[in-house]
Amino acid sequence: MATLAPVHDPRARGGRGLMPAIPELEACIHCGLCLNHCPTYRVTHLEAESPRGRIYLVDAAAQGRLDLTKSVADHLYLCLMCRACETACPSGVQYGRIAEAAREVLGPPGPPLTRMMVRLALRHLMPHPRRLRAMAALMRLFQRSGLARLAARVLPGTLGRRLALMPVASPRFYAPEAEVLPAIGERRARVAFLTGCAMSMFFSEINEATVRVLRRNGCEVVIPSGQICCGALNVHNGEADSARAMARRNIDAFPEDVDAVVVNAAGCGAAMKEYGHLLARDPLYGSRAQHFASRVRDVSEFLAALGMRTQSRPLSQAVTYQDPCHLAHGQRVRAEPRALLAAVGVQLTEMAGSDRCCGSAGIYNVLQPEMAETLLREKMEAIRETRAGVVVAPNPGCMIQLRYGAQRFGVPVQIVHLLDLLDEAGA
Amino acid sequence: MDRDDLIRRLRAVVGNPYVLHRPDDLIVYEQDALMVARHKPDLVVLPDTTQQVSDVVRLAREAGLPIVARGAGTGLSGGAIPEAGGVVVALTRMTRLVELDLISRIAVVEPGMVNADLTAMLVPHGLFYAPDPGSQVASTIGGNVANNSGGPHCLAYGVTSNNVLGLEVVLADGTVAWVGGRAHDAPGYDLTGVLVGSEGTFAIVTKVVVRLVARREAVRTLLAIYDKMDVACEAVSAVIASGVVPEALEILDGITMRAVNQTLHAGFPEDAEAALLIEVEGLSESVPVLMERIEGICRAQGARRLQTAATAEERFSLWKGRKHAYGALGKLGRRAMMLDVCAPRSRLPEIMRRVLEAGRRWNIGVANFFHAGDGNLHPTPFFDFGDDSPEYARVIGLAEDIMRACVELGGTITGEHGIGLEKREYLGWMFTDADIAAMKQVKQVFDPAGVLNPDKIFPTGRAVHVVSRGADAPA
Repeated sequence: MATLAPVHDPRARGGRGLMPAIPELEACIHCGLCLNHCPTYRVTHLEAESPRGRIYLVDAAAQGRLDLTKSVADHLYLCLMCRACETACPSGVQYGRIAEAAREVLGPPGPPLTRMMVRLALRHLMPHPRRLRAMAALMRLFQRSGLARLAARVLPGTLGRRLALMPVASPRFYAPEAEVLPAIGERRARVAFLTGCAMSMFFSEINEATVRVLRRNGCEVVIPSGQICCGALNVHNGEADSARAMARRNIDAFPEDVDAVVVNAAGCGAAMKEYGHLLARDPLYGSRAQHFASRVRDVSEFLAALGMRTQSRPLSQAVTYQDPCHLAHGQRVRAEPRALLAAVGVQLTEMAGSDRCCGSAGIYNVLQPEMAETLLREKMEAIRETRAGVVVAPNPGCMIQLRYGAQRFGVPVQIVHLLDLLDEAGA
Repeated sequence: MDRDDLIRRLRAVVGNPYVLHRPDDLIVYEQDALMVARHKPDLVVLPDTTQQVSDVVRLAREAGLPIVARGAGTGLSGGAIPEAGGVVVALTRMTRLVELDLISRIAVVEPGMVNADLTAMLVPHGLFYAPDPGSQVASTIGGNVANNSGGPHCLAYGVTSNNVLGLEVVLADGTVAWVGGRAHDAPGYDLTGVLVGSEGTFAIVTKVVVRLVARREAVRTLLAIYDKMDVACEAVSAVIASGVVPEALEILDGITMRAVNQTLHAGFPEDAEAALLIEVEGLSESVPVLMERIEGICRAQGARRLQTAATAEERFSLWKGRKHAYGALGKLGRRAMMLDVCAPRSRLPEIMRRVLEAGRRWNIGVANFFHAGDGNLHPTPFFDFGDDSPEYARVIGLAEDIMRACVELGGTITGEHGIGLEKREYLGWMFTDADIAAMKQVKQVFDPAGVLNPDKIFPTGRAVHVVSRGADAPA
């Protein structure tokens, strides 16, 4: 594997042949049908901020025709990794894999200090649940003490606004009462559940709701205590090596004798479905990773296939649905969440461009606040037009972004997870 | 004026972010969707208004650089490749709907407006813009004008030139002028007709007055499935000869249908050699009658099975499959090269036989999906070697055989993709020296210095095949 070539290191300038040949590049026939589906192209109208343009840059670098300058890295990191281009692509180009491979060579995004902090967090915070838990506690303290409000007033622009509107960390990190929770009623399946880092930190009540719904639908739920963060942020931000280590940890932690590994965060599900690819060249874990990936299911996908037991209690409010990118584009799961909502009596009012990115995209909204805000503004307008009072967005990043958006742009909506509604309806 | 001066002055016109000059920003503009040629521009400029386009043209002229206008870069003949370097004027920021006149059923749009976006905006008004090239989800109206683009529905509604009424253009000296008007048959010379399809060699289009048409009350889409390509081609002639003109009449061959199914699950039959995709529109009373007649003809002409799209989703899926056919061929080989040729409708069975023969002769797989009703073919060779391979000569040989066959049967070497640099050496197959000289005189009038998209359309004596993968060094 190519070593991490620091983009901002002056020695890297003029260095050639750093980008390895990426087999997925071959599938692109340069037709350009992806362009108008790319959120960053739609805003900038620049070829270098389009999927085809970015693929061309990576290809040119792999051919040794282009130096990996800071500017090349900037183009690759203005990408949201939403993978809308994969849905649009008639040749089935796996853009996500190309961009991840390229970012692995480029290293984490941003100017030197940011790069260092991102790398530190990805390597030394994300793989350690106890450190994450400590951070969540500190964050809650900071938010509750009023220091956050003070900091928000002092800090300039988007950063301050963001801080002020950050979701308050859950009072407790999600901690299940036992490692194996029995099915309620007749047992229909045995599943393992990924609790996730952001879900556990900000949305522990949604994790509880998810487990309740699974159990009520006859699932024995195993919650492996040795599990850690899925590593999605690491893969997306040029830290594939640490992501591989995290994937191996999870493969070891999860039991083999389950019908599915159920995930309630779209981003985590998409990343875990790629474990086979991520560890393809790992002699010890390669085939185990493939087997693991083949059992990963988004909770909506799993419940729809299982056949959800419903006790429909129709909601009175108008509801709209935001397709998380890594569910719609990353996992091609669109119909299932809608079907489950219909099953509990929710009639959706679809928004325009429901599968267009809201600008959250992992840590993107922190590193690229301007583009994130532009996309969010469009998204909130699309939501406003539906006149819906509730937005279902089954992914933690989307929920945080949309909650911020609702306050920032004054759209009176409640942002919930699919499992909130299913649990509430008694499914 | 040196390069830095030019950059500084261009920035003053369009703003800093819209003058691209770094190698990575330029390299992505060295190609359009024609993959066999490339050349990096000296600069790329993205103006936002007509006045800015005019100023950019004047500055480029002052600097003595060629000027190449570009839309979304989905062109398949290399028309947007800046072969002589110079300034690429990308019009992708100019996306405004300037005016929508629902009574006169016209719209005035900027050239960067994406074809499918225009039609999407018109949905609430029950209108649409008829030309619908396969690239419509990405290609721009400006690019459609430059190439006089067609599309499946052009059988009934005509191609771009039939749907454009007037143009605002920036001439080679920077002058802004209007040609045509807001209605058919503007007085004086038909300069709109001259400019549509001129591939950026006469002027840069900055506004387009397009004709809009009303959505019909009802639409029915039929897939007629055939075991033999020959028989399917004969059915096309029979449908047209019956006097019914469907809105669209397309053929897809088995290779294409299977490839499209693989990527899009479009629902085409897996085991047929060919299928006709036929669409009829009209009043809800007349559509079933028309469709019945077409179904009768298809059956009489040996269709194995007829399949009507029962729902809007099924119809959408079939059309999406058709429009994404080219991209889907990326699954079949590392490279695909869509050709664009025409033959008289009455000679379809014969030309298809000769296309398949040529494929066998050069031992290259050829997929076919095309506007059969118009006689506009898109034979698409797919292959696994790069365009730098010596084997690539076989692709060129195959393409030349197909073009020659079309010309022999009374057809043409291009239908809707333009000449660009891909086909310029073949212009002499269609026209005499005197014909070409007459065309060159028109070019002389619009662009005496030859700075607008130089070396396109006319024969240069240079080989088309210019890519050598990995050969040139970073700038």
